[in-house]
Amino acid sequence: MYEIVEHAIDAHAVAAAVADPTAGAIVTFIGTTRDHNDGRRVTLLEYEAYPEMAVAELRKIGETVQQRWPITKVAIVHRIGVVPIAEASVVIAVSSGHRRAAFEACHFAIDRLKEVVPIWKKEHFEGGEVWIGSQTGERFG
Amino acid sequence: MEIQVRFFASVREKLRRSEATCTVADGATVRDLLDHLCREYPALEVVRKSLSIAVNREYVDPSHVLADGDEVALIPPVSGGLDVRDR
Repeated sequence: MYEIVEHAIDAHAVAAAVADPTAGAIVTFIGTTRDHNDGRRVTLLEYEAYPEMAVAELRKIGETVQQRWPITKVAIVHRIGVVPIAEASVVIAVSSGHRRAAFEACHFAIDRLKEVVPIWKKEHFEGGEVWIGSQTGERFG
Repeated sequence: MEIQVRFFASVREKLRRSEATCTVADGATVRDLLDHLCREYPALEVVRKSLSIAVNREYVDPSHVLADGDEVALIPPVSGGLDVRDR
């Protein structure tokens, strides 16, 4: 399961997608909108994707994970559009025979996602907004 | 050759458009296309060095040679951190 969605993510459904009779562990990572960043009071996050490429890159991360660890299944779902405070923007689930591999693989997957998947995050805070990661550091408002 | 170009996030807002069609010479590279785009949209010059480029949904180097009908995406820094051009 590799998806970009425009609605709330059901984390249980993502975890269920990697359930397997040979798995002894399922590790999930849920990235959520935090109400503060860099001393600013964050009001919401807004995500934009290059959807066709983002899904392909998510699939590649899953394939890399399965090559590096004895992982049974991988699922990654990323939400785009407005993600309110405390709601999930991304859910990753991996299953494996044993927990150590599942933890390591899940950690790798979220780090890799943030490096290469063409999804951008705009932080809306009290007094303005900014594209996170944008090296020009432009701020409006 | 006709190249479809897509803009996202901070670049899309800066240029106030999400796509463009560019005509470039046969054998043109990604670097040539960026030169062309920077002439057409001077605001791009400031962020050019921060961009990664994808052709038909795969990351490429600036020396990549384009083909007629390619879809080129200008990819501003993604939310994480590492520069994908250093992979």
